[in-house]
Amino acid sequence: MLEGFKRFTSNKGAAIGLFILLIVILTAVLGPLIYSDSPWRMVQRPFLPPFTVDGLPLGTDALGRDVMAGLVHGARVSLLVGLVSTVVALVIGVPIGAAAGYFGGLVDDALMRFTEFFQTIPSFALAIVLLAIFQPSLFYVILAIAVVSWPPVARLVRGEVLSLRSREYVEAATLSGQSTFQIITRQILPNALPPIIVLASLMVATAILLESSLSFLGLGDPNVMSWGYMIGTARTVIRTAWWLSFIPGVAILLTVLAMNLIGEGLNDALNPRLSRKSR
Amino acid sequence: MTQKRTFFTATAIALAMSLPAFADTPQSGGTLNLIIQPEPPSLMLGLVQNGPTQMVAGDIYESLLRYDVNLDPQPSLAKEWDVSEDGLTYTFTLHDDVKWHDGEDFTSEDVVFSVDVFLRETHPRLRASLVHVESIEAPDENTVVFTLKQPFGPFLGIFEAGTMPMIPKHIYEGTDFANNEMNNTPIGTGPFKFEEWVRGSYIHLVKNEDYYIEGKPYLDEVYYQVVPDGASRAVAYETGQVDVLPGGSIENFDVPRITAMDNTCVTDQGWEFFGPHSWMWMNNHEGPMTDVNTRKAVMHSLDREFALEALWNNLGKLATGPVSSSTRFYDGDTPSIGYDPELAKQYLADSDYDGETIRLLPLPYGETWQRWAEATRQNLIETGFDVELVATDVAGWNQRVGEWDFDLAFTYLYQYGDPALGVSRTYVESNIAKGSPWNNVAGYVNPEVDALWQQAAVSASDAERQELYSQIQDIIVDDVPVAWLLELGFPTIYRCNVKDLVTTGIGINDGLRDAWIEQ
Repeated sequence: MLEGFKRFTSNKGAAIGLFILLIVILTAVLGPLIYSDSPWRMVQRPFLPPFTVDGLPLGTDALGRDVMAGLVHGARVSLLVGLVSTVVALVIGVPIGAAAGYFGGLVDDALMRFTEFFQTIPSFALAIVLLAIFQPSLFYVILAIAVVSWPPVARLVRGEVLSLRSREYVEAATLSGQSTFQIITRQILPNALPPIIVLASLMVATAILLESSLSFLGLGDPNVMSWGYMIGTARTVIRTAWWLSFIPGVAILLTVLAMNLIGEGLNDALNPRLSRKSR
Repeated sequence: MTQKRTFFTATAIALAMSLPAFADTPQSGGTLNLIIQPEPPSLMLGLVQNGPTQMVAGDIYESLLRYDVNLDPQPSLAKEWDVSEDGLTYTFTLHDDVKWHDGEDFTSEDVVFSVDVFLRETHPRLRASLVHVESIEAPDENTVVFTLKQPFGPFLGIFEAGTMPMIPKHIYEGTDFANNEMNNTPIGTGPFKFEEWVRGSYIHLVKNEDYYIEGKPYLDEVYYQVVPDGASRAVAYETGQVDVLPGGSIENFDVPRITAMDNTCVTDQGWEFFGPHSWMWMNNHEGPMTDVNTRKAVMHSLDREFALEALWNNLGKLATGPVSSSTRFYDGDTPSIGYDPELAKQYLADSDYDGETIRLLPLPYGETWQRWAEATRQNLIETGFDVELVATDVAGWNQRVGEWDFDLAFTYLYQYGDPALGVSRTYVESNIAKGSPWNNVAGYVNPEVDALWQQAAVSASDAERQELYSQIQDIIVDDVPVAWLLELGFPTIYRCNVKDLVTTGIGINDGLRDAWIEQ
């Protein structure tokens, strides 16, 4: 494990990604303490450009709200949605994949057809439909994102389990009388973890993008300040106040980039034989 | 941001421009391109009276009267009219050389047919006024006499083209009105004739050479261009493809950019008859808004000045109560409902409100309304309310408002020039009924005011009506059954060399009769 961490940090891209992510996390955790006022407060004249008024480093938006405060509070929403929806997707996808891979046969067929059913619908379209049916609130946004992002997890886990279940140590566990549940959770899944971790880190990035896209379209929670919402409202004034879309756009770009770099670094670190360096 | 507080100057300029005496001599000729948004479902004004239909069909059809920006009646198909002393008999004398677009003569028979037969069947809003009418008669070819059962104050205000368009009897008599083939090629008496409609693209009208006013209209051709996307409509104006952007055809946030262009004029006149009036419904049936102190706290929390400036580009006015200042019998001398956070907090402290979450429904008509709801929520939170925005689409909004499933909900409605036609309907008890979002949704009940509305509608004397309506406005404003917001200003944007475009209280809807292009 230490070996892996070393490999991870020696990867320049991963180190940068981790650094950016730490900043975002710090912003999300500490920022709202500094910007304790609601990001919806109208504090100054609308459309102040960045760096023109003290105390408003990034200026104000169409209603005179502090863009910096929005950015800081948005970080929390983006990370929250990214992490929680990924966890929920894992909770759905891992058991389904594990059961399909381990039992095979009819169970596999049934579960995989079910998974494919979700995979055949474009995920963004499905998320929009789900939010149109439910009340757009943070809870349903997270749920919708989780519902559209679990199928790849299930397929990945199934593949891993399929290749692991015929290993000797699994047979040994079977012979020693361990229950099926114990075999899957204690013997197989821990060994299937590395690719799942890599996938999960990329899923966080996708979830953040998805949330931003939904908010951009006005399908996010109208009571929550998020980066996608900020871009969505600024889109209409892009010709007169481009920075209002640009700033949260950069925030999304950096966060998603960081998650991707980390995912790649993790991949290299956890699967040393596949890493690009040894190739 | 654009000009601050230029509203009054803008009004003054527009007013000056609208007076023919100030303008140069009109020049004939030219083609005018306008935006029509959205594309109308039909051009048969007797059957369909929605906004886009009237905008195009207002050039094709006419009524007996027109109304200037002060809503004073002007001659149209009727050259003179006379109201009897007792307010029961209205006699109209028609122009005698008016022809339908197909060459037939327009006579008093057409008027009787239009009102008594056609529109009585097809036009609910007119039908509500016609219950006061005893008979409609045509003693000779150029005279029409309306006899009322009892005096009806707003009667002289219902002879507008969208309320009472004249329908050709020789085409429609005895037919199935809704399925008559001629609905696709409308025949009216107006200054322009229908030429062609390419669906999804444009509607083409041409000059009526036989129009009964010598020399009018001045324009040769009129094209209403259909452009489905808001940004593209702005671009169509910028590139010169269209010359006129009627109110509401581009998004508010594009207005400052477009009006800053060269040779571009803007006016918010031409909506006086409709008097679009916005407010927030407050649920008087149940929940926190049943307490008058809570309602007052809401009312005084709202920074409407800010909304006017930041969201509506200073076009429009602060509402002072239920009646729009452009509607007849407006009285601004009512209790103040201005922005006063301290007063709001006091009222809130005196109220029963104990921290429940207030559900606020924005109007799902686009960005401006969404931002407005966000600003309002913030205003209310700063007073001490806990407010949650409820996101809906248009169908969801209709459903929730109609079923009284809200605490606060944005809306706006037209007033049609007279409190009896467009204001009382949202405040009288008899108009409380679940299912419609356009009646007395708030659930305001005040028998004293109900009686005054009743009395004012059937009074024949304007002085008496003014007194009653002033009384009503005073009482209602003090009860704050709803939170009045703005008299909405819908800017008409046009090239400055298009003259006399907006000359009446319904603006472009019947304005092309007088419009001309300076070469």
